[in-house]
Amino acid sequence: MSKQEWPLYEVFVRSKAGLSHRHAGSVHAPDDQMALDHARDAYTRRSEGVSLWVVRSDSIVASDPAETSAFFEPAKDKIYRHPTFYEIPDGVKNL
Amino acid sequence: MSANQALIAYTLRLADNALILAQRMVELVAAEPELEEELANANFALDFIGQARMFYTYAGELEGQGRSEDDFAFMRDEREFGNLLLLEQPNGHFGDALVRQFLFEAFYLHLLEALMRCSDQRLCEIAARAIKEVKYHFRHSSHWLVRLGDGTELSHNRAQTSLDDAWRYTGEMFTADEIDTAMQENFDGPDLASIHELWRRDIATVVVEATLQLPDDQWMASGGKQGRHSEHLGFLLAEMQYLQRSFPGATW
Repeated sequence: MSKQEWPLYEVFVRSKAGLSHRHAGSVHAPDDQMALDHARDAYTRRSEGVSLWVVRSDSIVASDPAETSAFFEPAKDKIYRHPTFYEIPDGVKNL
Repeated sequence: MSANQALIAYTLRLADNALILAQRMVELVAAEPELEEELANANFALDFIGQARMFYTYAGELEGQGRSEDDFAFMRDEREFGNLLLLEQPNGHFGDALVRQFLFEAFYLHLLEALMRCSDQRLCEIAARAIKEVKYHFRHSSHWLVRLGDGTELSHNRAQTSLDDAWRYTGEMFTADEIDTAMQENFDGPDLASIHELWRRDIATVVVEATLQLPDDQWMASGGKQGRHSEHLGFLLAEMQYLQRSFPGATW
């Protein structure tokens, strides 16, 4: 019998209602449904979440590390794009 | 037998089922084929141990003789255990262990549902807590059975053999004895005949999806609930109880 690796899935956990899903890690699974089971068992054992997303890692389109300078560096000197001239009101959380 | 005695015996059976199955699952810790399944199995075993603890503690309170959960788990002999024969069977291969989980959890789910409606407040509460865990367990074991049955020719044949082999231990779940009857009469306990129908319906749905065949009804083994066990339980208990027997009261 050939030993074939299960495909890799990325796991995203929403820790509570209202927050966005955040990347938590990855699991191997034979298919989508089992990936969700595995994500539940590996990443929500300590009540970390109320909602889970899983997605095949090879479905994610990622930026190329070789293009980092062209992709990200031009934003570095555009200080005027930062909303640093506003006061954040007290009591605003999750900003 | 008084109603209270029946309730104690019944509660101990529930506890023994959870503990003995958990002990079998613990044997698989660090031996699962994949890391993800390893975590799932260990989580599930801990769920069952948690349930066993709640049932044992309650049985001890009902009995009123100061026996603790550990006394029930580690200081009783084979004949005093009332777990189902199915649960003490050796793990075998992945498919064998999985089919055991699947057949029991389909039954246990409906048993807990019925217990949530019984007239004993404490059992209702424990059942309400346990059922959430078991619902997920059953979902997981159903998923796996479909994947093994509807997988390769090898996995299909193995899953079918596992199902055929385990089938003879399922009859006992639905055969009511005097304790089941007393529980039903005095505490509005589960009706095993109607659970049998629900169980059959539920497992048939999954088994068909898994492209497997439900085994024909055949001779059924019995005796576990009454303490007459297969040769396997003694070895299981020997390993599980060794420490407490050699060093009574040991803690860490």
